[in-house]
Amino acid sequence: MKYETVIGLEVHVELASKSKLFCSCTTEFGGEPNSHCCPVCTGMPGTLPVFNRKVLEFAVKAGLALGCDITRVFRFDRKNYFYPDLPKAYQISQLYAPVAVNGHTEIKTADGTVKTIRIHEMHMEEDAGKIIHSPDGKTAFLDYNRCGVPLVEIVTEPDFRNAEEVNAFLYRLRSVFKYLGISDCKMEEGSMRADVNLSVRPEGSEEFGTRTEMKNINSFRAIERAIAYESARQIKVVENGGTIIQETRRWDNASGRSYAMRSKEEAKDYRYFPEPDLPAFHISDDEIKRCKDLIPEFAEERAERLVREMSLPEEDAALITASRNLADLFEDTVKICGAPAEVRFWFTGGLLSFINETGRDPEDIALSPEKFAEFAGLVVSGELKREAGKKVFRALLESDGELDLRKFIKENGLETLDDGELIAETVRKVIAENPKPYEQYRNGETKVFGFFVGRVMKELKGRADPAAVNSTVRNILGNSLEKHL
Amino acid sequence: MTALETGRLIRSGKLSVTEAVSTALEAAERENGRINAFITICREKALMRAADVQKRIDDGTLTSPLAGVPVAVKDNICTDGIRTTCASKMLENFVPFYSASAVEKLERAGAVIIGKLNMDEFAMGSLSETSYFGPVHNPLDAERSAGGSSGGCAAAVAAGIIPAALGSDTGGSVRQPSAYCGVTGFKPTYGAVSRYGLIAYASSFDQIGPVCRTAADCAAVTDAVCGADESDSTSRNMFSSSLLSGLTGDVKGLRIGVLKESLDAGMTEAGTAQKVLEAAKELEKAGAQVKEVSFPYLKQAFSAYYTIAMAEASSNLARFDGIKYGFRAENFEDLNDLYCRSRSEGFGTEVKKRILLGTTILSGGYYDEYYLKAMKIREAVRRELDRIFTGTDLLLTPTAPGTAPLIGSGASDPVSVYCSDVFTIFANLAGLPSVSFPCGTDENGMPVGAQFTGRAADDGLVLNAAHAFQIRTDWHMLGSSLSAYRDSVTVQSHVPAGGKLPDEKRTLGKWGEESYEIRNSDRP
Repeated sequence: MKYETVIGLEVHVELASKSKLFCSCTTEFGGEPNSHCCPVCTGMPGTLPVFNRKVLEFAVKAGLALGCDITRVFRFDRKNYFYPDLPKAYQISQLYAPVAVNGHTEIKTADGTVKTIRIHEMHMEEDAGKIIHSPDGKTAFLDYNRCGVPLVEIVTEPDFRNAEEVNAFLYRLRSVFKYLGISDCKMEEGSMRADVNLSVRPEGSEEFGTRTEMKNINSFRAIERAIAYESARQIKVVENGGTIIQETRRWDNASGRSYAMRSKEEAKDYRYFPEPDLPAFHISDDEIKRCKDLIPEFAEERAERLVREMSLPEEDAALITASRNLADLFEDTVKICGAPAEVRFWFTGGLLSFINETGRDPEDIALSPEKFAEFAGLVVSGELKREAGKKVFRALLESDGELDLRKFIKENGLETLDDGELIAETVRKVIAENPKPYEQYRNGETKVFGFFVGRVMKELKGRADPAAVNSTVRNILGNSLEKHL
Repeated sequence: MTALETGRLIRSGKLSVTEAVSTALEAAERENGRINAFITICREKALMRAADVQKRIDDGTLTSPLAGVPVAVKDNICTDGIRTTCASKMLENFVPFYSASAVEKLERAGAVIIGKLNMDEFAMGSLSETSYFGPVHNPLDAERSAGGSSGGCAAAVAAGIIPAALGSDTGGSVRQPSAYCGVTGFKPTYGAVSRYGLIAYASSFDQIGPVCRTAADCAAVTDAVCGADESDSTSRNMFSSSLLSGLTGDVKGLRIGVLKESLDAGMTEAGTAQKVLEAAKELEKAGAQVKEVSFPYLKQAFSAYYTIAMAEASSNLARFDGIKYGFRAENFEDLNDLYCRSRSEGFGTEVKKRILLGTTILSGGYYDEYYLKAMKIREAVRRELDRIFTGTDLLLTPTAPGTAPLIGSGASDPVSVYCSDVFTIFANLAGLPSVSFPCGTDENGMPVGAQFTGRAADDGLVLNAAHAFQIRTDWHMLGSSLSAYRDSVTVQSHVPAGGKLPDEKRTLGKWGEESYEIRNSDRP
């Protein structure tokens, strides 16, 4: 029998607000243990939470971007459970009136299929601290720095049928949140975490099978593996006549397996009830409108527009728009210097390969569009040849956009050369130094022509006009050939 | 002496802050063996602060009516650097590094905290008997309870140790002990005083409020501690002018509704009901319109209150888990065992009972049946009270169905202890301002408390009605005279028939020469 896998997600995303959800402590990652704490986020007796309304803007933008209805009067609820990383022994979350509900977003898989994923709800909640175990396992240390960092949890409907769709959704989510500037969505650092609810059923069946929930999946690759493992496991159980137990399972990436954590019977009763320390919060039409106005054009839409408006190849457009920072840099630079092709050349070749080589975060690229436009302008005007420009551009990127372009060009002698005599002299020198290729050329192997052009350009540090070099090489080689005859 | 009088003497230079504070400290140290009102007395801190406050009074930067007045704070209100125990083994050695907003404001007004007051453990109880530090004894009769949970507040004020204390009222915890000890206790409108730093029992009911001799003192203390606090989202600015300045004593035309059900024979002791009716008459003489009103939901309100309070408590007290601070059991086997042992050993029976009940109430399968139903009743109570307050300005009830019981009597009949809150809890359920003031004594000479409850934010009206009663009667000074009798039999025998109080100095130490005129006719 053929089986279909049915998957729903619960995705936690840390919001990049400067301060925590219910106090003014910094949300900065890392730091000395317990240095980003106060009596409120460490749950000291008598302290009270105060909602950081800045987070609401983040959450509303996220909700709107996911096509959700925004709840006009939302509340917080307490989720009660004991754990050392949770100093109040309850997490302030939202159950009864989450900030956003009933959304949907479209995903596109590799084969180009577009599919709509329904969002059940998105709610705000506070993160817990971290437990660090001593190497001998005898002592547990608590770091409450992360306690109270704002999270949103996005709960989807069971609309996924395979890992590819799940990852397409997570990529989309990451891209949207990064574009909104509300999270860096780093799965490895835990700022984006996905729990996978998975069940299997015979293909064509309308009924859902019993589902399991998998936790502790920390990368896109792990998602693929965990889903493959769990659906295979379930199918095997069903085929052997067994029944799936509704349970929470823990993914272990090292062994590539998931393990049962607790069954439905052992499931925690979180004893949710409305948080009495916080009033109900109202969101006005104005606030929603303000958030709507702050929603940018997202990566996919933006890429389509760049293809349309600037005739960029789809691949380049996708690369450029993957980061909002880079896409802004691209468009702003084009706007200033008006040379999309030139900017694209430096962008895809120079900038993106620089990012790949150095492993820099695209969001951290500080090059200003003004500086980029100045550089592109030099190339367009012919003052700088592309060949020589590569060295300049690299230096510009390495200086974080601080480089004084003209000074650098001058100091390194990279200005465009229009001295025909010097070019000719260099050509003659290169021919003299390379008798063997010259011999080949004379024997009719014209493909070594390119070799001479390249050598000359190199000798001239790329400063010469490639066309001029071309014709000079052709002339001199041609002349020498004639002489020979 | 009242807080305002003490303040006046200090500001006029007739009494130094250090004198006032040392006298209070001495009285606290002397009396505590008998009444057990204090868990902690902070002599050194108080004297240091006294000197500082004196300096600021002298250089004119501190002019508040409470400047230099010795006060004490219930031990569930956090005080920076002074241990705050909630009268529990769990927090026996807990010293907060922050103060409650109300404490900060009280200190800003120049009041000097001399110690932390005994109470029911985590404010759970109505007799101050569940304290890990032993029960509070009623200064008027040490065999009797001081009431609870703010028993230490009421006892310390009634014994004349301090003129004002800061307590907390979740279901009557400020008002009922005030009634039992013959002093005035005020629960402001929910949100009028910041709860930041008050160790929560039931967050949606808890409210900090003063215990003093008079309504005027209560107004002065509330003025000092009230107002929106950015650390408490449920707090707000409620009063456009000072409560104290609004105390005219004029009640002409004030509509007072005597709550019929609260005077029923099955509900309230006859003597108590009688005194409350007499109080109503006194105010009627002063021009108030008194009529009977009915509020049929007293019992439902009572059940809803305990359901919600225990639910919230079970969550609020979960943080006391032995991990970060407070009591941690020894010899635990694993994490779960650490939790179980620490909480089993660190909490007293009453607290554990309420946590267990609250946990059950919030558990799957019971939530709808108990918690949601209680919340619906709470809404219905609010609506019904709104309706009643369209036809009346204040509700008058006894504060409690009877007077202070003997210590230990609650153990045999816990339900009757819970029932002593039956007239106080509806104000908490609806977040309304409510004051208890002494209005007579029973056949044993124990004080009877009457209670005014008003509309939300009508704190001024509530206090003014009690004030109007107090400028016409002297029941609020009863405690101080009784305490003098107790101090010295000789003094008692020397009370002049016509009416001067026994030597003030004996009760209140060596402050001022003032003494009080008491109309003998008002004596029992």
